[in-house]
Amino acid sequence: MSVSVDQVAEAMFQLVTETHGKKSLKAMDLTKAMIEKFGAAECDKELCKHAIRQLMDSGRCIYSYLGGSYITLPPDKA
Amino acid sequence: MSEERKKRETPLLDELESGPWPSFVKEIKKSDTAMADDLLGVLERSYEEKIGHWKHGGLVGVMGYGGGVIGRYSDVPQEFPAVAEFHTMRINQPAGWFYTSKALRTITDIWERHGSGLTNMHGSTGDIVLLGCKTQELEPVFAELTAAGFDLGGSGSDMRTPSCCVGQARCEWACYDTMGACYDFTQTYQDELHRPAFPYKYKLKFSGCPNDCVASVARSDMSFIGVWRDDIKVDAEQVKAYAAGGKLDIQKDVCDRCPTGCMRWDGATLAIDNANCVKCMHCINAMPKALAPGDDRGAAILIGAKAPIVGGALLASVFVPFIKMEPPYEDIKELLSRIWDLWAEHGKNRERVGEFIQRVGLGNFLEQIGLDPVPEMITAPRANPYIFYQDTVEEEA
Repeated sequence: MSVSVDQVAEAMFQLVTETHGKKSLKAMDLTKAMIEKFGAAECDKELCKHAIRQLMDSGRCIYSYLGGSYITLPPDKA
Repeated sequence: MSEERKKRETPLLDELESGPWPSFVKEIKKSDTAMADDLLGVLERSYEEKIGHWKHGGLVGVMGYGGGVIGRYSDVPQEFPAVAEFHTMRINQPAGWFYTSKALRTITDIWERHGSGLTNMHGSTGDIVLLGCKTQELEPVFAELTAAGFDLGGSGSDMRTPSCCVGQARCEWACYDTMGACYDFTQTYQDELHRPAFPYKYKLKFSGCPNDCVASVARSDMSFIGVWRDDIKVDAEQVKAYAAGGKLDIQKDVCDRCPTGCMRWDGATLAIDNANCVKCMHCINAMPKALAPGDDRGAAILIGAKAPIVGGALLASVFVPFIKMEPPYEDIKELLSRIWDLWAEHGKNRERVGEFIQRVGLGNFLEQIGLDPVPEMITAPRANPYIFYQDTVEEEA
């Protein structure tokens, strides 16, 4: 795969930022969006899992619980 | 934690201290803190008004994790300031709930320094539940707990903290190493435990035998129940001893209660039609010195149980009638991976896997994950027609 974890994480972050306050995204929503964006040959679920972990460990995104677990921006960055 | 104390009058709650049984009110009062005062105060108010005063969820958690912290806020914070934030932390319990007294002191000391000091040992999933913490104390608690060798458990739409019975550590009926399996799956699926990626929760429970001491058949999305596939072991001398002892009527108390009627007692010999035994454990429980599970041991995997939170309660149904439970459990992990992939992709928000199977049909579910239907999946002929065999299959049969 030529797409890196960093690239997928960045694309996920952009999507979370663009949809913030309009649509709540779950991990699977982001995964499906990335596979569609980069193509199944370049991006799979495992790569997306690593990208989400990178977003969480870096603090760029956090999880929220609102009747389900969603990925969102931290309150001070929203 | 020092805070201004306000003594609350709690006449309704005080009634729960009367009687000979344990009282959570009595236990909360023992902690003698501002948080405990306000916790009782807000609960008294809920009893008076018959409505809850907690808001649940939100953005609280620890860095990097999506599970393990359940945000809880009072909707009357001005009146009960000590519990304005009263978050719950779930801590992954040791397999089989074995602790040293030092470990217990470590946990409770950390919790008294940073939280309310109140605990629930243990929650229904099995975690150590630490009740009541302010947002600013979450990271310090997490840091101290991890330094002491503990980790958070699951919450939200993730794999919940796996739990198991004491298994072979204390129980002669255990048909596999439940503690070993529970630990292995917990370690393998750390990502699924800490970073929610499912439509809803997914619980794994490991019971060593069909007595099912962790209630896996009722409380877990995937239940591993120890079984054997050879014959029940019979010690004929001990059977005679039970008969002679006079405390047990083998015909009435054992044979007549066998759900499949597979046992015969002629007054001298106990005969078992093992092919019709459904492993209910009744006879073994009734005559533990005379009967024991066979030697060819493993587990049955059941799927789909849940407690009645969103929809109604579901009991698990048999999915894999028998599998050897041997590390590294590769076949089971492959099966689990296929289930998670399908459910994560097509499950609705807050839809448990049992509800998902009901919605799409067991036949379709099995086809998608590549598992062949077997007769054990049917609880009774024509009662739950999940599987529709094609004509060609029937002809071959």
